[in-house]
Amino acid sequence: MKRLTLWLGLVLVGLTVAVAALTLVWTPYDPTAMVGGRLAGPSWEHWAGTDRLGRDYLTQVMIGARIALVVGVGAVLLGGVIGTVVGVIAAFAQRWLDDALAAALDILIAFPTLLLAMLVVAASDRASLGTAVLAIGIALSAIVARLVRILTKRVLAQDFITAARCSGIGWGRIVLAHVLPNILPTLSVALALQFGLAVIAEASLSYLGLGAPPPNASWGHLLQQAQSTVFTAPFAVVLPGVALVVLVLGINFLADGLRDVLDPEQGGRA
Amino acid sequence: MTRYLLRRSLLLALSLIAAGLVLFVLLRLLPGDPAAALLGVGATEAQIAAAREQVGSDLPIMVQLGRFLSDLARFDLGNSFVSGAPVLPEIGTRLGVTLPLTLAAFGLAILIAVPLGVIAALRADRWYGIALSGLAQLGIAVPVFWIGILLVWLVAVNWRLLPASGFPMRGWADPTAARALILPVVTIAIVMGASLMRYVRAATLDVLGADYLRNARALGASMPEVIWRHGIRNGAVPVISILGIELASTLLGAVVVERVFALPGLGSMLLLGIQQRDYPSVQGVLLVSTLLVLLIGFAADVLQRLVDPRLRGAGR
Repeated sequence: MKRLTLWLGLVLVGLTVAVAALTLVWTPYDPTAMVGGRLAGPSWEHWAGTDRLGRDYLTQVMIGARIALVVGVGAVLLGGVIGTVVGVIAAFAQRWLDDALAAALDILIAFPTLLLAMLVVAASDRASLGTAVLAIGIALSAIVARLVRILTKRVLAQDFITAARCSGIGWGRIVLAHVLPNILPTLSVALALQFGLAVIAEASLSYLGLGAPPPNASWGHLLQQAQSTVFTAPFAVVLPGVALVVLVLGINFLADGLRDVLDPEQGGRA
Repeated sequence: MTRYLLRRSLLLALSLIAAGLVLFVLLRLLPGDPAAALLGVGATEAQIAAAREQVGSDLPIMVQLGRFLSDLARFDLGNSFVSGAPVLPEIGTRLGVTLPLTLAAFGLAILIAVPLGVIAALRADRWYGIALSGLAQLGIAVPVFWIGILLVWLVAVNWRLLPASGFPMRGWADPTAARALILPVVTIAIVMGASLMRYVRAATLDVLGADYLRNARALGASMPEVIWRHGIRNGAVPVISILGIELASTLLGAVVVERVFALPGLGSMLLLGIQQRDYPSVQGVLLVSTLLVLLIGFAADVLQRLVDPRLRGAGR
């Protein structure tokens, strides 16, 4: 059963990765070419119909996979690096500074990823793929930092750290050689879960019109377009949503499976 | 308990001040001159300078901060750069949409999540228990706006039962106002219910495996009695803190759902403010929502202590 979730996750995520990789070399039609009638329904030529400019819809959705993965991976890397650095430093803070940092992270976390990301987008002049990565990455880093702080404190309290200190090893080496390897299993599971959140946040930003502009059309943008034509071309609301759910569900399964393998103590329910 | 309430209230006040300062700094860091945004493209230098003087963005940052704090103390959140109207009454009007939306969705989500979560835990080995857990997994993978769009398609476009979007101009004075909120409430409740259900299921499993439950049964208490007297109280503690977080994120997450259904709530005010670089509006919405989020956290902490006496003695 445990292996099953891991495999199911691998298959679902693998499917999205395969489609995204395929779009680099081949798409059913030129994504910018107007190849059919406007808002045509599904047919043999266009399996998912066409959009409002007569472009092939399946092609658009396939390219969306690329956008979702690029933003997701970029945001998780950025958030992971910033969060780990801040979290480890915060774990060394003492007394009032420690309390203040903990409270500040708690306040930041009270705001959902999406809201923080909206503010970062607002701070940049124009929305692009880069601002989406930056916005979501920064928003995720608060969540990562809080987790890393707690995990690092737990490791630092262990006897082998005292032993390492006694044998004259500096804090820098202790962090690299003892702290990071010990928090890595839990951290990687958390990052996998954040990946799913990042994909949803990117879609939400694009849906709100704050994501990457076309031709880098993400699934969120496609859904926003589809909603405006829901009375004439309702079929368009289905495919981008299904693609999103397949990817996010796959990531969540993968994270659950990873937790069972890497971090058995945390596994089980929830 | 009184000492705890005092300490917790002090923390609440401090957090609010801290959040206000953070917001002030963050918004001043944003590039783009609010005065230029106020006038639009093609304004002359003289016009921009006059506008700067009007909005106060030409003053030193410490003077701006002083003004901001003294205004705040008088409950004055400033005037919108775009419409010129005071921000606070506008927020009040919009809360009239967002609060009922959030609270109704929250109530519905609890009504869905608690019984289903308990069933999923009690019948974890039956097909419907597994199906319920699967549904909850699916629920947290689905973006809230897609559920909204699907509901619009199904209920409003296909069956023509409810309006697809919008809210009456006259607000709650209009008898159709409640109808306009039905689909948004259901949309949020589905997503929130799914994620709550996972926590209820986990809490129920924890309680069922606990020693005190076995001991009480061994002493001769019946299963319903044990669940009623010990199970619910113990299971409720972790669920309350999750409920607080969920309520807060729903309130703040309303921006997406309000966009789906074109509702004139707090979220759409924020989105509009960001698009128009209307600093006072953005700042006001964020301040008020931070206050609400902190109040929810406060309520959840106090409620937890009332339910679980073990937390009271510890002092923290």
